[in-house]
Amino acid sequence: MTTAVAEPEPTTTTPPQIETPAPEPIRAVSLILSKGSLDMAYPGLIMANGARMTGIEANLFFTFWGLDIITEKRLDHLHTPTVGNPSMPIPTMLGGLPGMEALTSKFMKKRMDELEIPPVREMLEILSDSGAQLYACRMAMDMFGLTEKNLVPQISGVLTVMDFWDMAAGSQVIFI
Amino acid sequence: MPAIEYAGTSVEVNDEGFLLQSDSWTREIAEAIAAEVGIGPLTEKHWQVIEFCRQDAAEQGQPPGLRRISKLSGINMKELYQLFPKGPGKLAARVSGLPKPQGCI
Repeated sequence: MTTAVAEPEPTTTTPPQIETPAPEPIRAVSLILSKGSLDMAYPGLIMANGARMTGIEANLFFTFWGLDIITEKRLDHLHTPTVGNPSMPIPTMLGGLPGMEALTSKFMKKRMDELEIPPVREMLEILSDSGAQLYACRMAMDMFGLTEKNLVPQISGVLTVMDFWDMAAGSQVIFI
Repeated sequence: MPAIEYAGTSVEVNDEGFLLQSDSWTREIAEAIAAEVGIGPLTEKHWQVIEFCRQDAAEQGQPPGLRRISKLSGINMKELYQLFPKGPGKLAARVSGLPKPQGCI
């Protein structure tokens, strides 16, 4: 018969080694684009494209004013807001003058062209070629009286909000 | 900086696996990197991209971004994603022995 003897407690304690595993790489991102101004469209489009360039899956869900980015008649005329935009280096009173917004938007587009940033239409083509999925929001489409015929051909489909959440399973979700 | 042996040659790479000296690159090293990242063996179209990237980098002093490659190499964006499915933005440069591109497009 053997008697179990408890191991004596070690007298000197070393601090526990905490092993931090390498962080999991991001596998997929789903971006919700809800604004249609130039300065809100580009961040989403460029972030999604950058994700694809580094091998991350990307889904884009265009809702509310974000639909402008994929609406044929609107996407070449997105504006930079000059009123209610605290980053705009001109007084709001001046920003409200007729033609100010068009002028600012023109300047911004020229600057982006110089930096070889593609226009919105080309960004959508690049995203589609990269395998990113572009979706329009069903409810916002109904609200604005749009059909799929009004949208660019790169759209993979029109989703309800529930469809979107199902589709976004396992991805990081970003709202813009 | 870690040194890695590719195709019997020891080369210095950074933490992300990009060659530190693009002069030390050879076609055999390209094949070895391609095999490591799971896109080998390299096809004629891969070589078209690689040759463009190396020539453009030599001329411009920096590795070309993906949009530039798609516009000037003769390989379009869709094909680039087929050739380098795990991220053409960095893989094209890495296989070409160039640093990671600094552009975002």
